[in-house]
Amino acid sequence: MIEFENVSITYAGADSPVLVNASVSIPEGELVLVVGRTGSGKTTFLRAINGLVPHFTGGTLSGRVTIDGRDTATHPPRELADLVGIVPQDPMSGFVTDTVEDELAYGMECLGIAPEVMRRRVEETLDLLGLAELRHRALLSLSGGQRQRVAIGAVLTSHPKVLVLDEPTSALDPGAAEEVLAALQRLVHDLGITVVLAEHRLERVVQYADRMIVIPGAGEPLVYGTPADVMRLAPIAPPVVELGRLAGWSPLPLSVRDARRAAGPLRDLLIGRTPPLRVVDGGQSREELAVTENLVVRYGTFTALRGVTTSIRRGEIVALMGRNGAGKSTLLSSLVGLRSTTTGAVSTSGHDPRTLKPRELVHSVGLVPQDPGDLLEATSVADECRAADHDAEAEPGTTRALLALLAPDVHDGTHPRDLSEGQRLLLALAVVLAARPPLLLLDEPTRGLDYPTKSRLVTVLSDLADAGHGVVLATHDVELAAEVATRVMVIADGEIVADGPTSAVLVSSPMFAPQVAKVLAPEPWLTVTDVASALDGEAV
Amino acid sequence: MTDQRFALGAAAIPRWLHPGAWWAWALGLAAAASRTTNPLLLILIVCCAAIVVSARKPDAPWARSFGFFLRLGVVIIIVRVLAQIIFGASLGTTVIVNAPGIALPDWFAGVRLGGEITLESLLFALFDGLRLAAIIACVGAANSLASPSRLLKSVPAALYEVGVSVVVALTFAPQLVSDVSRVSTARRLRGRTTHGIRAIAGSTVPVFEGALERSVLLAAAMDSRGYGRTAGISSSVRRVASGFLLLGLVAACIGTYAMVSAGSPALLGLPLLAVGIAVSILGITMAARRSVRTRYRPDPWWLAEWLVAAAGLCTAAVFTWATWSHLAGIDTPTDPARWPLLPLIPVLALVLAASPAIIAPRLPQALRPVHVREEAAVA
Repeated sequence: MIEFENVSITYAGADSPVLVNASVSIPEGELVLVVGRTGSGKTTFLRAINGLVPHFTGGTLSGRVTIDGRDTATHPPRELADLVGIVPQDPMSGFVTDTVEDELAYGMECLGIAPEVMRRRVEETLDLLGLAELRHRALLSLSGGQRQRVAIGAVLTSHPKVLVLDEPTSALDPGAAEEVLAALQRLVHDLGITVVLAEHRLERVVQYADRMIVIPGAGEPLVYGTPADVMRLAPIAPPVVELGRLAGWSPLPLSVRDARRAAGPLRDLLIGRTPPLRVVDGGQSREELAVTENLVVRYGTFTALRGVTTSIRRGEIVALMGRNGAGKSTLLSSLVGLRSTTTGAVSTSGHDPRTLKPRELVHSVGLVPQDPGDLLEATSVADECRAADHDAEAEPGTTRALLALLAPDVHDGTHPRDLSEGQRLLLALAVVLAARPPLLLLDEPTRGLDYPTKSRLVTVLSDLADAGHGVVLATHDVELAAEVATRVMVIADGEIVADGPTSAVLVSSPMFAPQVAKVLAPEPWLTVTDVASALDGEAV
Repeated sequence: MTDQRFALGAAAIPRWLHPGAWWAWALGLAAAASRTTNPLLLILIVCCAAIVVSARKPDAPWARSFGFFLRLGVVIIIVRVLAQIIFGASLGTTVIVNAPGIALPDWFAGVRLGGEITLESLLFALFDGLRLAAIIACVGAANSLASPSRLLKSVPAALYEVGVSVVVALTFAPQLVSDVSRVSTARRLRGRTTHGIRAIAGSTVPVFEGALERSVLLAAAMDSRGYGRTAGISSSVRRVASGFLLLGLVAACIGTYAMVSAGSPALLGLPLLAVGIAVSILGITMAARRSVRTRYRPDPWWLAEWLVAAAGLCTAAVFTWATWSHLAGIDTPTDPARWPLLPLIPVLALVLAASPAIIAPRLPQALRPVHVREEAAVA
């Protein structure tokens, strides 16, 4: 169905090609998972499938890409629209109309499909993706998972043979991600559509994939194979695979279900051992960095937070979890004084953050927003650092020194836009830390981050907590929370529904339990590292 | 079982009324407002618009604009009256206040600053402002009743490209607003001031950068979904079609202006409008052959649409006739000031103009505003 023959792609003005001599042949009806580090060329690979690269982006493509016999060299994206449906990373960025039903029909209108056929296909697609309830809704009013499903539906109505998705679950909470993946599963199994998707969160998707493509970047050849084969050798793997490697299971489990079947002996071995406790020295006696007292926040008629009382102390890393729209971001922005509270009180380091001037605020609390690029506006890393020193009234060179610690491989002259997602996050973090705020807040820091960058972030955050900072991170990434958090707070519908030590909250939750906990339940283990250190090299 | 094409109001299946019908109705009402200076009639026109809006407006962000247009109208009245007080020429003799005036040189005749404020000139300004406010309220009513995107769907294929740019602009406006707030948030998080000229200057570049980036993404998405597929028509045909369209629209605009403005000869307006429309239709049909597009669920034009459009246009016709025949009460004399009459025939026309509140089909349940839905549940 999809043929890449010796494809090399070089963007205009770039020194080296993004893809070199890529050859791969994907048969019909497969679900193919594309993985690789950020910046390795995953998105380029995906966009080459429908000819957006190079027709739209510019650059040169040598070799041949054919989709169902049509060469992308002679067919621009619009001439492939009936064959390839592509869902961009942020579904909102690809919406043309304003309501669900119109969006589903848009592609068909462009293809000139007869009105009666359009009508039937819209109804079928609404049912197929569980969108019937939402048909009249405005796209802006939908949640993240719903948007993603509408975006998939919008390309499905043209009956493409190939569906291409760029990180479809990266912005979603675990529940919404399940919905989207279940829908994709159904498309592959019932309709025989070929699905190609890129995703960093291997733990969510690897079990559904028929084949995997690893794009190593830096001109190395592609790896194409079954997930079990690829996972045996891959340097990056979801926790369930790492646990399998540690325990020496063969074949390697890819899903929690497979792993649980093999895990009997390991569970027996772990009885009587306790996971290392992750607690903060001095616990309750440590200084409170932020306190909220019965905090209520309303937007119009919508109540985002209904009576939140909590405190954050020095040395803590609090993972804030919950559905999309549960109130996580609202709580974070209240802590930096961006939201007016309806009733209740917030104080950070003893002051109401709303009364602080921006210049004073940055010294008591810092927030890295969901899109860290928002914070960056200079044209080079060096300028950005200088501006941050100035904003924070810090010694010249402070930010640059911090950045060198966080991300040693970032060069001075690079434009912040050209940095990888992870590097941009670390640069934004350095900018925020320049003012030495005791309390650090991060909103969805792992969105779009690959495993190496994520583990770098884990080290950085742990070091900050050891140095006495308090850290709060809102996240959907249960594995990150299991790895780094000392405390987990779950918010639902604007209220705190669970708040306690990481293991106590995560292990018992079906939605938020990390893979290791699911495999080893009822024993309270969270991460592969914990298991490995408890076994201390003993053979399983 | 009645034929749905002829069903009205509650008897019709809930559906969107064709946006063109709402605009025809609203523009008719606006044309009627432009013909009178009788404050009672003008207030009745605004009431008409308000009744229909409250009965048939959907639950959508753009539908909340009616209130904004009413407030805009109030501002216009105030500005008009203030302008009269400060700059306007004095009318009549009933002096209310004798404000301090500035004597301007002779060559500045006709304009004055301050001085005597008369009842007559105040009333004149008030009625004039009220007329403008009523016209604006009618446009606001059309804005809240007719979905902009549905209106664009009804645009002829030849204007489709223009339509798409407008749709994109419409979806960009709210996103631009959220961008501005995001950038200002980021400035606060970096410890910079969020007010004043420096803040505005500092946030312009990121906001426009964001908008530009989004338009590139959107263009890519539209291209991948088949936008711009054409059914090979030669470019000369295309150019001739565009030429016809442009010519026709210009003629139609001039014709409309001549019709509406009271000062122009009536004989110029109608023929020019007719020729303009004919030439435009020719251009549109020529250009339409090049597009392969089809329409998903186009809004039908049934009896309800004819009646709603007719309600507005008849009102306009009655008011125009009343002006031409100098019907008593259609204009309110301000010099000397007199209590306005309430002429019967225009009032009856306004009752007709409010009828869409009943004859237009209801909206589908999910699109009605919450309070209407709850009332329906109680009933």
